[in-house]
Amino acid sequence: MLRIQNLQAGIEGREILKGINLDIKPGEVHAIMGPNGSGKSTLASVLAGKQDYTVTGGSVEFYGKDLLELAPEERAGEGLFLGFQYPVEIPGLSTTNFIKTAVNEVRKYRGQEALDAVSFLKLMKEKMALMEMDQTMLSRSLNEGFSGGEKKRNEIFQMAMLQPKLAILDETDSGLDIDAIRVVAGGVNKLRSSENAVLAITHYQRLLDYLVPDFVHVLYNGRIVKSGTKELALELEERGYDFIKNEMHQAEAVS
Amino acid sequence: MSNTTYLKEHIDRLQQADNSKLSGVRKAANKSFDTWGIPTVKHEEWKYTRIGSLFNKEFTVSVSADSTLSKAELESLRLPGADDANELFFINGIYHPELSVIKSTGLVLQPLEEASANRYAPIVEAQFNDSGKYLQDGINALNTASINGGIFLHVDTKKIIKHPVYIYNISDTRVAPVLAQPRSLFYVAEAAQVQFVETYRTVGASESMTNQVTEIIVEKDAIVEYYKLQNDEAHANQVSTTHIKQIGKSVVHTVTVSLNGGIVRNNLNAVLGANYAEAHLYGLYFQHGQSHIDNHTIVDNVMPDCLSNELYKGILDNQSTGVFNGKIFVRKDAQKTNAFQSNKNVLLSENANVNTKPQLEIFADDVKCSHGCTIGSLDEEALFYLQARGVPHNQAMALLLQGFALDILEKIKPAAIRSYVEDLITQRLTADVL
Repeated sequence: MLRIQNLQAGIEGREILKGINLDIKPGEVHAIMGPNGSGKSTLASVLAGKQDYTVTGGSVEFYGKDLLELAPEERAGEGLFLGFQYPVEIPGLSTTNFIKTAVNEVRKYRGQEALDAVSFLKLMKEKMALMEMDQTMLSRSLNEGFSGGEKKRNEIFQMAMLQPKLAILDETDSGLDIDAIRVVAGGVNKLRSSENAVLAITHYQRLLDYLVPDFVHVLYNGRIVKSGTKELALELEERGYDFIKNEMHQAEAVS
Repeated sequence: MSNTTYLKEHIDRLQQADNSKLSGVRKAANKSFDTWGIPTVKHEEWKYTRIGSLFNKEFTVSVSADSTLSKAELESLRLPGADDANELFFINGIYHPELSVIKSTGLVLQPLEEASANRYAPIVEAQFNDSGKYLQDGINALNTASINGGIFLHVDTKKIIKHPVYIYNISDTRVAPVLAQPRSLFYVAEAAQVQFVETYRTVGASESMTNQVTEIIVEKDAIVEYYKLQNDEAHANQVSTTHIKQIGKSVVHTVTVSLNGGIVRNNLNAVLGANYAEAHLYGLYFQHGQSHIDNHTIVDNVMPDCLSNELYKGILDNQSTGVFNGKIFVRKDAQKTNAFQSNKNVLLSENANVNTKPQLEIFADDVKCSHGCTIGSLDEEALFYLQARGVPHNQAMALLLQGFALDILEKIKPAAIRSYVEDLITQRLTADVL
């Protein structure tokens, strides 16, 4: 579904991604790990279409379409979802009102009729139950005054409502205690199917205890320097990122 | 140079014919007007709002209630909920009783001159023209010097006025430019409750200039809501002064919504003149085109233990300009004052601008005061967040702006007026921003 080839991107003239290659197929869960500053969040932002970043080379295809040509909302329409590391607080806009607009805009993009009030409410109730959320949270202003855990739960709730084909979860575990991680990862797991895929970006292995990946990639200095299965995550947890850095430096020294 | 000769002649004619109790106040104001003239940008309070050039031309000034606008013609200007409201019509600054409807008992309306001579005389004498102490400029003096066709409105003790009072200020400029100078004194007696909703409309293609002064005196245990809606034509200018004086422990709640006009200057004063008086001042301005909005507010804490809460929010698009000037006085005796003020602005265009200035003058030592102002563009991070969830850029902007305006819109309590204003804002967001 997603094919990233030699993707290079940066911000304000500074190169951050220096040639990313990645293939994701339906049904797969990929994890991208790496030390701070390696380019993990940049990759997520570039895929979702954030304008601050400039793509300087390479290509990204999503179901055969050139993703980089599309506006962020079109990417969402195509079935891409970005779970934000820091969900934005928007005073005066209720989560319900917002998600209704988003769901219907995505449906419009896909050539589907807008949901009527009854079907929307039914869908929302179902997904609220999935994420163990109550109505009061949804009638409050979007993310305003939410705790870290509430914000992330709200992100996965929105993912459930939008039913994306590919969900990119940017450090969804950051700032969450283990109970909150369980709820959030549990929600993601319930949404998994053979039709959709997840790209989880994380610094720590602990999320991957709950969200078991098929593939683990290590991003370092703007490149994927190592790929493997879930055991790679455990190894990273045990040995820290330094062993990757050392391997890289040794490789550079040899060449 | 402002042309005021014909205005002087107009005032002289009015004053020669004047044998009412108001003549002393008028004469003094006439003198002040002679001294001060139309304010220029040299006047500290008029630095960012130029009204001088509006007076280069000669306006028509009505002297009597001789409007040719029929009730049918005025029908389209009525606000939603009007059938359930008391309605006061001012045309070219003159009150028109034949067009107005008073349906609530406990609401007494009289010509100002009459009230200054009958049983209301002590009130008029004690309270009239308090605004002049605060607004020492020629435009305020011009209104007072030219009083004609003004009204006195008394809300009787303990009366809860269920029908809101709608006040229409209409300028009929079909023939020539018009200067309208409505003048009102409202007296809300002990434990009474009333809602005022005021709006401005210019009918005709020529320019209008409304120079209005409304004074509202509030007795103890009274509750007053005052809503000002400004959505007039681009050739409609105004200086609109609303001076509220709380002479007893009372609650005042005001919302000023400014959506369109030429040069619009609002003076809103709240004088907290009794212990435990409470005033809430809210404002929303959403300007486009070349329009100019200036909100000058004064909160004067005269007595101890008062509370004031002020929040003004602005959205400025195109080449529109805005001014917010929020003065708070805390007098020496006004210990335990709580006074809060905030002004937040979003600029949607590089050519829009706003000048915002808090001014706190505190002479008491045991007070809680805060003020703050922000000017920024729309939050890019928030826009991206909404877009990433599938909401197109323009609609995301509209949602963010609606969210920005919401906490002011929520302060509009009459449901018909609130939904009317919300619709106007939605229309604006659809027409302009989208």
